[in-house]
Amino acid sequence: MSIDNDTVRRIAFLARLKVEQDKLEETKEEFNKILAWVEELGEVNTDNVEPLVSVNSESLTLRQDEVTAGHISEEILANAPAKEYGYFVVPKVVE
Amino acid sequence: MAEYIIETEKGKWEVICGLEIHCQIISNSKIFSGASTEFGDDVNENVSFVDAGMPGMLPTLNMECVHQAVKTGLGLNAVINKYSEFSRKNYFYADLPQGYQITQFVHPIVGEGAIDIDLADGSTKTIRIERMHIEQDAGKSIHDIDPKKSFIDLNRAGVGLMEIVTKPDFRAPEEAGAFLRKLRSILRYLGTCDGNMDEGSMRCDVNVSVRPLGSDEYRTRCEMKNVNSVKFVMQAIESEAKRHVEVYENGGEICQETRQFDPVTLKTKVMRKKEFAHDYRYFPEPDLPPLILSDNYIAKIKSELVELPDAKKARFVNELGLTPYDAMVICENKEVAQFFEQAAQGCDAKKVANWLMGDFFAMLNKKNLEIKDSPVSAENLGKLVTLICKDVISGKIAKDVFEIMAETGENPEEIVEKKGLKQVTDTSAIEAIIDEVIAANPDNVASYKAGKVNLMGWFVGQVMKQSQGKANPGMVNKLLKDKLG
Repeated sequence: MSIDNDTVRRIAFLARLKVEQDKLEETKEEFNKILAWVEELGEVNTDNVEPLVSVNSESLTLRQDEVTAGHISEEILANAPAKEYGYFVVPKVVE
Repeated sequence: MAEYIIETEKGKWEVICGLEIHCQIISNSKIFSGASTEFGDDVNENVSFVDAGMPGMLPTLNMECVHQAVKTGLGLNAVINKYSEFSRKNYFYADLPQGYQITQFVHPIVGEGAIDIDLADGSTKTIRIERMHIEQDAGKSIHDIDPKKSFIDLNRAGVGLMEIVTKPDFRAPEEAGAFLRKLRSILRYLGTCDGNMDEGSMRCDVNVSVRPLGSDEYRTRCEMKNVNSVKFVMQAIESEAKRHVEVYENGGEICQETRQFDPVTLKTKVMRKKEFAHDYRYFPEPDLPPLILSDNYIAKIKSELVELPDAKKARFVNELGLTPYDAMVICENKEVAQFFEQAAQGCDAKKVANWLMGDFFAMLNKKNLEIKDSPVSAENLGKLVTLICKDVISGKIAKDVFEIMAETGENPEEIVEKKGLKQVTDTSAIEAIIDEVIAANPDNVASYKAGKVNLMGWFVGQVMKQSQGKANPGMVNKLLKDKLG
């Protein structure tokens, strides 16, 4: 499996990463190297093997339904580039 | 089945519709963090570092959200999957701080189910449920404070949601409306979601396509996001289906796209074309192992389930003799059903139902009150009906007594006692009044005897008037007939 420049652009867009035009070719090569390496895994016979979701065999630990967090809005907003009236403020996003 | 066909000069069309409903889970804390789910608190106060998507923070699943989901699944007569998995659904949006939503994709907690909906013509139809999964809600964006900025409140981010997906089983707007009302009723009976569409605790996405009547193909569908009332859902289906028919009949094609319904113009407009559709790149959530439920756990929740509206309705019809329509209206709302059962204890349930749906609801409407704030208690409504059944007061006097109860909240027995409204059932007392009326109206007596039997009604009226409405109407009728021969 290998990918083309359009796919690189699309993946970059989905990840909100800026890949300059002159870096496209290089990025594509890197992607393809990674894919080729992953493809080596195809040599292993996985017939009748269930996909592994997690290497952790523990089952999920559940939490009691109690309010144990919150009321730290100052800390929550501490890294916000912009805030007003207690809100995060971002450039207008209307779909 | 609701007959709904779009008929034009060129042909007949059938509507195909499916719904996806997001229901906020009732729980104290969020699905993956310990922050409160309280609605309406100060901005960003119910936010933990997990909800804010801070690096290194790990989600921990709230057991109450799982419990509520299983309960809801059972209420939808659905398969509960003992094995389910969480996945990440990736997209960028300002009110989704993690950059992904934790949801369930390949293995949801609830599988196929079905619920019956009640239609206006008295028939019922089964709507199949495709699946239900649990996930986290996003925060809230406010776009109207500033022309160039959006304001983000993360209080809602991380609140537990159940997403219920139906099969494309709706063939008419009415069916979708009936489904939403039934679903809301079930959720409220179960206490798993408060079902308020106007507050956003229940939100509906609507998928619509059309096909020529008699065909069994599925054509391209369009999705309308976040339609926020039962009425709007019905209007959106109607408007979108008509748009499809118009496009097809003019030789056009429908593109798969996301559209928005505008309740003012009653039209839908395009929001997002397929080429800009999200690519969510789902993958298994590495921070949460699979969720495994035991048979015992599911059986225990099943044994604790309350009686749901359909079962209650059937019981009211079979055991209390209510008409299916009355039973349906009374059972739709859990509080109304409870009130009815309490009022109907030990007296004529059908009469109680009539009073409840007549004078009682009219009184609540007029006073703009919820049933829980009613001045007339269930017990007192029951007593009033018992007074009528035992012939202590007539139905007409009961209406006056009810009006006093609505004003003062008093016990009807006391009102009747205090105001001396007891029905006169003493034959001699009634006969005395009849004799008076006959003596005072010789002309009418003569006319009656000459064959104008219609005058009987007039005589009854006179006697009732003389007795101030307290004479037993049945006895008046009988005694008058005897006297007038």
